[in-house]
Amino acid sequence: MNILVCISNVPDTTTKVKFSDNNTRLDTAGIQWVINPWDELSLTRALELKDDASSAVKQVSVAHVGPVSSEPTIRKALAIGADNAYRVNIEPADAFQVAAALAEVVKAGQFDVILCGIESSDYNGSNVGSMLAEFLDLPSVSAISNLKIEGGQAVITREIDGGKEIVTVPSPFVGVVQKGIAKEPRIAAMRGIMMARSKPITIVEAPGAEALSSFIGFEPPQPRAACKFVDPENAGQLIEMLQNEAKVI
Amino acid sequence: MRTEKNYKHMSVLIYAENWDGKFKKLTFELASYGAEVAELLGTNLVAVSIGKVEESELKKLGNYGVKKVVAADHELLKHLDSKAYTSVIAQAAQKEGAKVIVIASNNAGKSIAPRLSVKLKAALGSGVNKLPLSTEPFVVSKKVFSGNAFAHLSLNTDVKIITLMQNSFDLAEKVVEPVIENFALELDGAAVKTVVKDVQKHEGNILLSDAEIVISGGRGMKSADNWQPILELAELLNAATACSRPVSDEGWRPHEEHTGQTGKIIAPNLYFAIGISGATQHLAGVSSSKYIVAINPDKSAPIFEAAQYGIVGDAMKVLPKLVEAVKEIKNK
Repeated sequence: MNILVCISNVPDTTTKVKFSDNNTRLDTAGIQWVINPWDELSLTRALELKDDASSAVKQVSVAHVGPVSSEPTIRKALAIGADNAYRVNIEPADAFQVAAALAEVVKAGQFDVILCGIESSDYNGSNVGSMLAEFLDLPSVSAISNLKIEGGQAVITREIDGGKEIVTVPSPFVGVVQKGIAKEPRIAAMRGIMMARSKPITIVEAPGAEALSSFIGFEPPQPRAACKFVDPENAGQLIEMLQNEAKVI
Repeated sequence: MRTEKNYKHMSVLIYAENWDGKFKKLTFELASYGAEVAELLGTNLVAVSIGKVEESELKKLGNYGVKKVVAADHELLKHLDSKAYTSVIAQAAQKEGAKVIVIASNNAGKSIAPRLSVKLKAALGSGVNKLPLSTEPFVVSKKVFSGNAFAHLSLNTDVKIITLMQNSFDLAEKVVEPVIENFALELDGAAVKTVVKDVQKHEGNILLSDAEIVISGGRGMKSADNWQPILELAELLNAATACSRPVSDEGWRPHEEHTGQTGKIIAPNLYFAIGISGATQHLAGVSSSKYIVAINPDKSAPIFEAAQYGIVGDAMKVLPKLVEAVKEIKNK
């Protein structure tokens, strides 16, 4: 069984986001780029499954859509433990383009499980994984909080709106992964960082689909009114304010 | 498939999701939103319902401007299969000449809308929080960078898909008598691949994503044993309970309760952050709340910059006072 983990390259989650060119572009000056947190958890779970012989996972690959400047993030995934990587050499404008490009990687390989994070922490789209599945005409399961391989079959826990379900789908399938899939992201050890240097990154030149949407501008959120403080000795007064002033209880 | 001449008429289409045959407030928010968009475009609002829903329930959609309900009930559609559900909504969209399709930005919606976007080659704006900023070009506003900014996204195809954030659009009553139509589906049984082995329904207190009020505890609560007053306050206020990441990492509370950038993103009317310092990653999950109340012993904690009401103090001393005050107003 082979697993492909799709990874996105995003600003570190503590980044103070700024925009340039009259608020039409992200100002990338000084940004630290990291693997999207949910993709990192997906990769961690894929590697845990590979470590467990009963899962019979032979290979964990990663795929990324982006220019050469995102290779440090791909190397990081290899250092964490992925066996090899694919990079589709385009600068995508929207999720539709990303998913179309990833579909080329999947079609050219032999993957049984394709994992994507539920969203990326930059544009918060939650789109790529399920779009990829539709491009490939594969089943997809979303909001996965647990993934096991039992007797060659994926056994999945997914969150639904109002509970959880245990489901199975035949391989190959696309799994869209959320929190809970792995406890902590795996961290690269020195040995892994050394080994990553010699692991292969296959460059894929895809013609690329046309983007369907375009970002035309950004705006900062509206500032909130200043905090009103209530004396802790008289904390009950807060409830009265919430009832009569804010009218929310 | 997308050519104009195939459309007999135009519409705005919502996916009216049900839970055990009943609609929730979220479904009616979608209808209210869809009705406004239909008015902007000078067209009608149609809803597609999937699964078993009684006619009396379907008719409730008419209270929020839905003029026609296309009801797709089929044995194969008992559980969510993203591919099959996408196929049903795509068929309804084509039949009704949908120009804009509105779906909830929840777990089900997020698994359907992107597939639909590829199937119909229709641009998708996901996590939209208000009415389109313009219709020519069609521009929507959405949260990006986990709430640190809003983006204006232009949807550049003939058919557009929007997923709408929960609690971002007020209900607007607009009573019409809807036409209910049973949808004769084309569905290939072999194509439904998701097999549901077990369902664990959320039991007990109110669901986090549905709650108007959320009481959330952080590391400042110090121990899982200290949660009793939070649970009590939640019960009194008919609120859901939540927590920050360190709390779920420690196992003090289940990970389903983790609100924040990598956990649940919520937008209740009132959010209590108790013993939560307010790191960027936590605020990313709760910043769309209408009101935030912060209780923290550290006056310089960043949570007070996001909050409208604050108490600088020890949660274990403050919480019993809040519980008493709520009991008092309830007894009035």
